[in-house]
Amino acid sequence: MNTLLQQILNGLTLGSTYALLALGIAMVFSILHLVNFAHGELIALCAYAMLGLRYLNAPWIVWVIGGLAAAVVAALAMERLAFRPIRHASPVSMMVASLGLLILISFSLEAFVSPRARAIPQPEWMNRVFLVGGLQVGLKYVLIIVVTGLSLLGVLLLLRRTIIGTAMRAAAEDFDAVRLMGVRADRVIATSFALSGLLAGIAAVLILSIRGSVTPHMGFSLVLYGFIGNVIGGLGNLWGAVLGGFLLGFAETIFRAFLPSNMSGFTNGLLFVIVAVILVLRPQVLMAPKSAARV
Amino acid sequence: MGRPIPVAQTGAQGPATSAGPCATTMLRVDRLVTRYGAIEAVRGVSLTVDEGEIVAVLGPNGAGKSTILASIMGLVRPASGTVHFLGKDVTGMEPEAMVRMGVGLVPEGRRLFKELTVNDNLRLGAATRKDKEAAKNDLETMFAMFPILKERRNQLAGLLSGGEAQQLAIARTMMTAPRLLCLDEPSLGLAPLLVSAVFEMLLDLRSRGYTILLVEQNALQVLEFVDRAYVIRSGEIKMEASAEAMQDEKKLLHAYLGVGD
Repeated sequence: MNTLLQQILNGLTLGSTYALLALGIAMVFSILHLVNFAHGELIALCAYAMLGLRYLNAPWIVWVIGGLAAAVVAALAMERLAFRPIRHASPVSMMVASLGLLILISFSLEAFVSPRARAIPQPEWMNRVFLVGGLQVGLKYVLIIVVTGLSLLGVLLLLRRTIIGTAMRAAAEDFDAVRLMGVRADRVIATSFALSGLLAGIAAVLILSIRGSVTPHMGFSLVLYGFIGNVIGGLGNLWGAVLGGFLLGFAETIFRAFLPSNMSGFTNGLLFVIVAVILVLRPQVLMAPKSAARV
Repeated sequence: MGRPIPVAQTGAQGPATSAGPCATTMLRVDRLVTRYGAIEAVRGVSLTVDEGEIVAVLGPNGAGKSTILASIMGLVRPASGTVHFLGKDVTGMEPEAMVRMGVGLVPEGRRLFKELTVNDNLRLGAATRKDKEAAKNDLETMFAMFPILKERRNQLAGLLSGGEAQQLAIARTMMTAPRLLCLDEPSLGLAPLLVSAVFEMLLDLRSRGYTILLVEQNALQVLEFVDRAYVIRSGEIKMEASAEAMQDEKKLLHAYLGVGD
């Protein structure tokens, strides 16, 4: 029973980070139909910014704010410099551009910082463990789940209650019709990128609290998980992406817990096979995807 | 009845028209040419709309009517020719800027935000207005004009019937506070009774001070509600006259429209 509860906690925690990743990617995809493979690089940039601030002996709260700011600025820069000039190109071209960004950023981090993992020791208070009914609950796990929940709530409120959020939901349906309302296309797109950057930054802080170190190519595997979360949940559907991320987190946790230990290296491989099978058997996936081709 | 109908030649500017000697020309389109790839959808179209008029552009499917409105609104960039609004050259200006200048477009097929509520659709129309008080008043005015929208304000726009959807589409564009209201085939997909209701609504709007330009396939019915009309076919204006004069010449109209109406 304890093990089950422990695994549920692990699944929720892992699922939370994947959900944030998937939502960040979905945010941009829903409006621009761009799968931004460089989304993972936003996480890496946030993490490396935190590394830099730690190196300057800044307190934890400063790293976090600095890291989030770095992620948002990087996202806005990506939009302005890499994607806006090719905004009218095909979605495939834009995806290729995002792959180019992925390579550029990750290899720059490798070349200009270090090819090796660098540790970012987390503050002591994160290691506290509570005993709840015989269960060992780490503070950082609770933190991850709570922060994710608050972030998702925040996104929900932004989309439902604010005008810019309403414009973003509308733009996901019909971009030109939003322009006919006088709402500037640039502003809607920039906001969606900024928001995806913020979500990436939050994910980075949470992931770092568990990993404790950064590597130049950390963005790549993360973006892959985020992308799969999107595909499972239906491309372009924001809350489908969140659900997809959680499911992926639970699936990975279950595999890790119940696979015999000599097969644990196959966890990721098995996961991807299952996803492939789902896609083949049920291409319309879990939630109705917003149609990418608007007539 | 024996009076010749002035036929606008391709390339010539439309004559100054019926609204009166001191009427301001609100919109002037000069020799507009718009291409989609290699195809010329609009070939040297010229037209004017004076303040307070209701003007229609009639034509069969594929004649280029929608493209004219899209070109005016900046959704597509013209290859050549000019568009002047209230004397200012707005050729090729982006839709967002056209809305700020006071031109509103109710697009073909309405393009409502189906996943948003009726209220949210209307609020978006007022999104960029500086005067929030005026926007709130306009919302109340829209609800007074279209009581069914008030009733359904919290329902998803995708659940509205055809007639209700058309009302929302018009109200939404009205929330952008346009001076010139353009409508792309407002009667499309509506039952004849509803079509009359929509056109009556346009008359009501005109009495409130709006200037209207619409494109339609539905020729005969619309002629009862407009001041002047142009007939377009294959991207060129073939005919221009007052609505009365056109109604007198039904046979000619049918010939140009190429469709028995």
